[in-house]
Amino acid sequence: MMFKLKYDDFLVYDEQSGTYSMPQEQKVRDETERNHWKTTGLTILKDWRLYAMLIPMILVYLLWKYLPMYELIASFKSGREAQAVDRNWVGITNFAHLFQSGSDAIDFWRAFRNTFALAFYGLLFGFPFPIILALFFNEVRSNIARSVMQVCVYLPKFLSTVIVTTLVISLFRGTTAAGGQMGVVSKFLTLIFGSGSRLGQQASSTSGLIQSVKYFRMIYIVAELWEHAGYDSIVFFAAVIAVSPTSYEAAQIDGAGKMAQMRYVVLPSILSTVVIMLIMKMGSLLSVGYEKLWLFCNAPTIDNYEVASVVSTLANMWNAKGSVYQGYGIAAEMMNNLIGMILVIGSNFIARRASDVSLY
Amino acid sequence: MKRKYEVSELIFKIVAYVFLIVFSLICIYPLIYALASAFSSKSAVSASKVVLWPVGDNGSIGFSIEAFKYVIVDKGNDFWIAYANTLFMCGVGTIWCMVYTIMGAYALSKKRLLGRKGFNFFLVFTMWFSAGIIPQAINYSNTGNFFAALVGKTYNTIDLKWLVIIAMGMNATNLILLRNAFEGVPSEIEEAARIDGATEMQVLFNVYIPMSKATIATVALFFGISRWNGYFWAAKVMPDQKYSWPVQVFIRNFIEKETALIGGSIPEDHTFESDTLSELSVVYAMVICGVIPILIIYPFIQKYFAKGVNMGGVKE
Repeated sequence: MMFKLKYDDFLVYDEQSGTYSMPQEQKVRDETERNHWKTTGLTILKDWRLYAMLIPMILVYLLWKYLPMYELIASFKSGREAQAVDRNWVGITNFAHLFQSGSDAIDFWRAFRNTFALAFYGLLFGFPFPIILALFFNEVRSNIARSVMQVCVYLPKFLSTVIVTTLVISLFRGTTAAGGQMGVVSKFLTLIFGSGSRLGQQASSTSGLIQSVKYFRMIYIVAELWEHAGYDSIVFFAAVIAVSPTSYEAAQIDGAGKMAQMRYVVLPSILSTVVIMLIMKMGSLLSVGYEKLWLFCNAPTIDNYEVASVVSTLANMWNAKGSVYQGYGIAAEMMNNLIGMILVIGSNFIARRASDVSLY
Repeated sequence: MKRKYEVSELIFKIVAYVFLIVFSLICIYPLIYALASAFSSKSAVSASKVVLWPVGDNGSIGFSIEAFKYVIVDKGNDFWIAYANTLFMCGVGTIWCMVYTIMGAYALSKKRLLGRKGFNFFLVFTMWFSAGIIPQAINYSNTGNFFAALVGKTYNTIDLKWLVIIAMGMNATNLILLRNAFEGVPSEIEEAARIDGATEMQVLFNVYIPMSKATIATVALFFGISRWNGYFWAAKVMPDQKYSWPVQVFIRNFIEKETALIGGSIPEDHTFESDTLSELSVVYAMVICGVIPILIIYPFIQKYFAKGVNMGGVKE
């Protein structure tokens, strides 16, 4: 009997009356299922305070993080009509414009290259440096000396972008026609490299080192290191001091020198922290500090425009040029941000596959 | 017992010490330079004679408080308004951010919250993808117009400080940091409080907040610092409301309008003229004034954020 076999497990056959009946547990199970939404509703109702607490947060994020995403549709619309309601869908014309030859396309690709270059160099130098700093901090045995140094190196992180850029510009500034001299660091570098060298000549020009095409990237990366390295080292330092002293002793007994200890004791134990931090860095890779770059170069007339314009600052400049350029700007930044998102999700995926460490 | 150092270890130690000392000095040098320049005379500053200490007209150590006098007294009116604006935005803005962050983090830390995964994704997604500068600018101006319409005014006649306070400064990382701290509170304590008849709010205020003081301090600190240092959007949403500017916008505006630092030469329409005082000294004096509050609270908070960052080893 197929029927009996199939439903045997939850129908009970009563020998006397020859009927099937449903056991008590199944009735309860059915009841629960039927009342699922009711119970869910009741739980929410009972915990309404919990959900009410979420409301301000959700509202804030919806209004000022998600609602701006609605404006992204402007990148698929023509910007030529004066009124927003008249604007027609134009598909990917705005995107295509960025890929065609023309001054806008040149601007865009230069900004795109710069974004990648600054992000790449920032990661290349900015990522290992805090780890080295943390390893070095670990060598300082005196607590007072270490605390004093740490106070010094964390400090730049707490200065505002305006103040950081002001200080950097004034230290690397060039001469002015009115007789103003170059900045102190420029002077110092000129002393080292000689005033006849290319660096010396650039330093004594009106654009100075900070607004030169050749040296801007270097200065920017150094400024980033100066600002963030100390603070970023906190996490690594915590991981390094968590390594138990017995591991070092065991390695020493086995004849490991300082380098071997670093290689076989310290590095493996801080690896998971390194991976997590790398993912986080990858995530913010393409959102290179546009605020700071904007303060370094906020107009095409500034000499370092060629290397300092990134997609976000370019979009900000285009924003002021009317609705046609607004569409291009939104399209450009959207591509940039989408690639950034792919990067963070991809790196997270790879990290999860490779080492069981992942962020999200 | 003194352990014998091996050669490689000794070399490593020496390199470490030299490197750290040099880097520490580099980290504080720009501020020392700014301080020295702010006290120096005009000729010394424009000739870049200032290196470590204030230099006077004759090229030796000299001390002039003219720059600070200009910032604090002569230009004081505008500068202190900007300063008060920053204090106001920093204070109220931090409180506002903390209110929704604490409440949201508390709710998200509860396992019994339905759709918890969805809410978490809702937050984390904002860390992955942002709409970009132009959409955000459009959104802020729409918000401003909306607020203005609510009180029956126009965008430029309302106090845009409130727009900066309410609509800016969200940070999903801080929220997740706090959520993790709340998740770390043992649930037995909450149960005990529940049995004693505590309500949701009482549990939050009497159990969770006291037990995660360090993280709350850290998060408040992060919000406060980002408020204090915020420039870009404040400058973007209120380019014309001079008397709502925070101090960062004020400093940058002075640099752009009165100095040669950005454009390469002093703009034609500059208003600052002085025979004895360099405009750069004024900038440095403003920079110092803008940094002082951070320098004052910095030693007290330093231990908190080191702790908070370590706790924030973001996990899911």
